[in-house]
Amino acid sequence: MAEPNVVLNNSGLKSPAQGSTTREQDLISRVQRGQNELFYELVRPYERRVYAAALAILRNESDAEDTAQEAMLKAFANIRQFRAEARFSTWLIQITVNEALMRRRRERTVLMEGIDDRRDEESDYAPRDFADWREIPSEALERKEVRLKLADALATLDRKYREVFVLRDMEQLNIQETAEALGISVASVKTRLLRARLMLRDLLAAGWEQGWFSRLPFEKGNKPW
Amino acid sequence: MVNSKDDRAAVNCEQMWQEISNYIEGEVDAGLRSAMDEHFRTCKSCSSVLAGARNVIQLYSDERMIDEQTIEVPAGFGRRLEKRLAQSARVRSSRWSTWSAWLVPVAALALFAGGLHVANSMTSGPELKSEHAQPGQGIPPDMLVVVTADAKVFHVPGCGVIHNKATERTLTAKEAMAQGYVPCLRCLREYLHTADAGHSALESEADADADADEEIVSSGR
Repeated sequence: MAEPNVVLNNSGLKSPAQGSTTREQDLISRVQRGQNELFYELVRPYERRVYAAALAILRNESDAEDTAQEAMLKAFANIRQFRAEARFSTWLIQITVNEALMRRRRERTVLMEGIDDRRDEESDYAPRDFADWREIPSEALERKEVRLKLADALATLDRKYREVFVLRDMEQLNIQETAEALGISVASVKTRLLRARLMLRDLLAAGWEQGWFSRLPFEKGNKPW
Repeated sequence: MVNSKDDRAAVNCEQMWQEISNYIEGEVDAGLRSAMDEHFRTCKSCSSVLAGARNVIQLYSDERMIDEQTIEVPAGFGRRLEKRLAQSARVRSSRWSTWSAWLVPVAALALFAGGLHVANSMTSGPELKSEHAQPGQGIPPDMLVVVTADAKVFHVPGCGVIHNKATERTLTAKEAMAQGYVPCLRCLREYLHTADAGHSALESEADADADADEEIVSSGR
């Protein structure tokens, strides 16, 4: 494996903030020129994100691992097609989503859900809870059980909402990229994203009532909603 | 009920809920944004919905939501990936060396025989599915590409003009070309413009015709 502190390209002075991006660009161009052994170093920082994207779609750890690895092999085989104007992480996630969707199609699990997709998007979603919102601070995420509760809440969403939410809000693809990755329209992404966010908001409010966050440092002993 | 405040705002609560996500994304026009801002100032319920939705985004977009404790990548994942990548790299280099080993004598033979006739017979390959399109030049034979049912074109995975995606299958560029598929004009364009400069007019014509091929496939979905 190559040295982690490989010398960057000769493009001149770079600010420290650009360091990781510059380093990534350098790795990409080296792999594109045939230094295959550097590819793993290039994708290693994204292993977890790629696996998380595959898992969000397939919901099966073994399938997710296989798909994530197939996606990275495909990225390796096609690295010359990658263009610098795109974000490498986005390109990788899009290949992963494409692989995951192909696998799911092969397993023929989507026919029934496809019918649900159309029906559910016809009606508007109304929030259930209108009491004052007590913000859950991001410090709460220090606690693993809070993170797992949030992950559990996300897992209860229907597939079509979960996928869009994971790609947009967790994997940080933009709306257009999310639409392209999933092969759906921008309008569908927006509709599903709205629902996912509002449903999670309701679930978090309900979660509070069930004591998910009851031992949080900011909890004042009053019912927050 | 929250609708009691409708009279005080240009948009009612139901309309607000449907636009809250777009509002957060900055994807509402100035007029609607202004009306929504006004509504938020006077409607506690909608402010609560907005605050909650923002909080959801803030929490789930946190890096810790995909850290090693929340998403456990299976043990040995990296090792297995590294091994598969190394295998793939070996296959690529051995395939390339096999190809290069053939290319030298073939080129020499073509030159020796006066070139054109033999060279044409070597590159003409299988009967193309689209009689108008070009076969492409310099496409790496082991590049993974996708084709779909009833189409004539092969694409880089993720290309935006793949039609009938449900029937997508993956194969190598070499296999695709052997089966008569031709390169997509958009995602594989770089391989279509390495032909002789004098062919530019023909290329433009082929582009137009192959685009038409894609449209036919598209309309046949």
